[in-house]
Amino acid sequence: MTTTTDEGVERAERASGTPPEKPTKRQRQAAGIADQASGGIGVLLVKILALGIVDAIALYALFILVVNAEWLIAGIVAAVAIFVNWVYFSRKRLPAKYLTPGVIFLAVFQIFVLAYTSYVGFTNYGTGHNGSKEQAVGALMSAALDRVPDSPTYPVAVVDRLGELSLVVTGPNGGVFIGGEERPLEPASGAQMEGGVAVGVDGYTTLSFQEIVSRTDEITELAVPFSDDPNEGALRTPDGRSAYQYTSSLEYDEAAGTMTNLDTGVVYTDIGTGAFTSEAGEELLPGWQITVGFDNYLKALTDTRLSGPLAYVTTWTFAFALISVASTFFLGLFLAIVFNDMRMRGRKLYRTVLILPYAVPSFLSALVWAGMMNESFGFINQVLLGGASVPWLTDPVMAKVSVLLVNLWLGFPYMFLVCTGALQSIPDDIVEAATVDGAKPWGIFRLIKLPLLLVTVAPLLIASFAFNFNNFNIIYMLTNGGPRDTGAPIPVGFTDILITMVYKVAFTGQMRDYGLASAYSILIFIVVAVISIIAFRRTKALEELN
Amino acid sequence: MTTQRPGEAGSTGGSDASGGGPRDTAGIPRRRPFRFDRWFLATGWRHVVGIIITAFALLPLLFVFSASLNPQGTLTGSNALFSAIGLDSYVRILTDPQVPYATWFANTLIIASITAVATVFLGALAAYSFSRMRFTGRRFGLITIVVIQMFPQLLAVVAIFLLMSWIGDLFPAIGLNTRIGLIMVYLGGALGVNTYLMYGFFNTVPASIDEAAKIDGAGHARIFFTMILRLAAPILAVVALLSFITSVNEFVVASVLLIDTDQQTLAVGLTKLVSNPRYADWSAFSAGAVMAALPVVALFLFLQKYIVSGLTAGSVK
Repeated sequence: MTTTTDEGVERAERASGTPPEKPTKRQRQAAGIADQASGGIGVLLVKILALGIVDAIALYALFILVVNAEWLIAGIVAAVAIFVNWVYFSRKRLPAKYLTPGVIFLAVFQIFVLAYTSYVGFTNYGTGHNGSKEQAVGALMSAALDRVPDSPTYPVAVVDRLGELSLVVTGPNGGVFIGGEERPLEPASGAQMEGGVAVGVDGYTTLSFQEIVSRTDEITELAVPFSDDPNEGALRTPDGRSAYQYTSSLEYDEAAGTMTNLDTGVVYTDIGTGAFTSEAGEELLPGWQITVGFDNYLKALTDTRLSGPLAYVTTWTFAFALISVASTFFLGLFLAIVFNDMRMRGRKLYRTVLILPYAVPSFLSALVWAGMMNESFGFINQVLLGGASVPWLTDPVMAKVSVLLVNLWLGFPYMFLVCTGALQSIPDDIVEAATVDGAKPWGIFRLIKLPLLLVTVAPLLIASFAFNFNNFNIIYMLTNGGPRDTGAPIPVGFTDILITMVYKVAFTGQMRDYGLASAYSILIFIVVAVISIIAFRRTKALEELN
Repeated sequence: MTTQRPGEAGSTGGSDASGGGPRDTAGIPRRRPFRFDRWFLATGWRHVVGIIITAFALLPLLFVFSASLNPQGTLTGSNALFSAIGLDSYVRILTDPQVPYATWFANTLIIASITAVATVFLGALAAYSFSRMRFTGRRFGLITIVVIQMFPQLLAVVAIFLLMSWIGDLFPAIGLNTRIGLIMVYLGGALGVNTYLMYGFFNTVPASIDEAAKIDGAGHARIFFTMILRLAAPILAVVALLSFITSVNEFVVASVLLIDTDQQTLAVGLTKLVSNPRYADWSAFSAGAVMAALPVVALFLFLQKYIVSGLTAGSVK
């Protein structure tokens, strides 16, 4: 790569001893040539190949999106694909070439999901409210299907196409119809008859007796609507041979937006809460998804049954994070001081041993501790305490102590390593000067070493606080938030921190409430962001960005 | 704090007992008769602390190791340390058809390795541009990355779940219940603390090296791939390791996205396995835990030196 010109420049530089302040014209030319020559034929091929793959994926995605009529997303995908091609074929846009790949992932899986979280926080999304109103009507009607007492018997055949079942029905007048779960009956063409009864239709595979037996559950679940009007009822077959007419005990009036229970006569009305509700306040579930504004936030903060748990969970989250940071830091610092003495033998060995708790994946150690702390069978009670029954994980107070103890075990090696590094980076001459001036060891530590150490370590303490604030694994693996608070309407326990509470509200129990969970998420984010910004302002960590 | 005075090792001590105290530069080292009280005041008590803390650090590890060697399955049976030794539980967890341990292990390795490599690559690209180029929005971009990182992905787990199930309806290959989908979600955090760490390190690599290479005719891509990445190898190793461990440890997103038992990772699978330690096959779990932890611990000890410097430069587990 070296040309005679460049050698000349180098030689000139070496001769003069110092590099020139500003690039000379020749250097600038060289830099320009270098940039243009940087794309050798191999590099160009790799570039074209990589972009070809990206474009092929984008085209495939566009095809699927257009087929599914997702126009907005298709537009975004197309725009991103064009942008990527433009960036990488351009001669300039150098920073963009380096930033684009990471930023795409950041945009989709951090920024978009953050925005989406705040949107979900404004809806009633969750168990019973996870679809559109039409889906809810369909689900309600088919759940309430009852067999019409004097219904005629329709001979049917069960047929399959691409794993989806349909019924071939022979009508009373000899007409043949076909329909499936979401396809109302329609006249079938190309029916195969056998003794006046249709046994199959071209393009479909008729199920054999064995297949009918093995797919019984699927077949008995199948309800084929008579028409688009859900009130007309559906055909169901208990045995795969004959079908009967079923009508719903609910009647849907689209114009009035009401559901009437024909058996009891109760009218359920759409009153804008995402579910048909009777005058007595009884809701028909499933309902559907609607935007509820700040209801989730109001509910979380003002509903007394929810705000009580929220208050103590928040308090405990702060206490847990603060005590964890403080305890691990002081133990780590103490050990760093103890082992930072040159005269001590075996320091390397100690250090290696002390790294071990940090090196073991934390979810494993938390599970192991959970076993050791088991009240009746655990190692600590059985062996260390000689058969005591200390309720390590089952008593509200002891469980908190245990969580802090285990987190101390998990976290002190990190602080030990960090403090050792920070201590060793304090220049010796400062300490020597203080000694010469007559300072005592404790004074040197308190007035000189600790402040210098804190400068280095403070941002790490903030980061550690933020980490522990959302330290899901230790809580979930060790106590699972327990012991459970039986008074709360959500599955919350006395050692739950905010993040495990969100997880439980969203993903465990009978009632999943995505809307409430997302509202909690946003509240937590605001808290963490405010604390971090204040803390970083104080340490001026952000100011150091140049 | 680098040199050790001759004749000082262990047996004799200076008058100064403070931790990491100053070296008595004026003192001339000479042999003195061994005196226990002197030794104890100087370094002996440090060994006492060391032994106590070693016991605290090692106890759970010894317990799980002993339990893994115990042929009996229960938690109670594991309490007598090293009372029975055998590899039965290792065989049991590897062959139990209900517990696809090997599959979980492979899933974890695949997901964590690909995530680690891709995170380092994407992060290094970004860090290089922040470190070496001056462009509009550079400072804003750096601060944005720091601030967005304060919103941990697990807080958005509901949105991630809904997004991935929507993607899964259209593109089953990368949606819910796929390893590649989970990797993509993890890569959303590729530009985060790690980028910041690498950015700091890249800044310490003198820019004159780049300029010299440019003069020699190297383009930006050649400089990045052949020089910067090589010079920054230690920090890349640390970031890769930290990212690897983060993915191995990650439970929330993995448990929500990976539904089938065969798709799950060790964190999800093993947690479900001992969700009630009383009834679980405890020694089989311990065997699984030991096998899962050993590679990570080995990596850690191997890269110890770099990790310590990397941590001091500002990262968290």
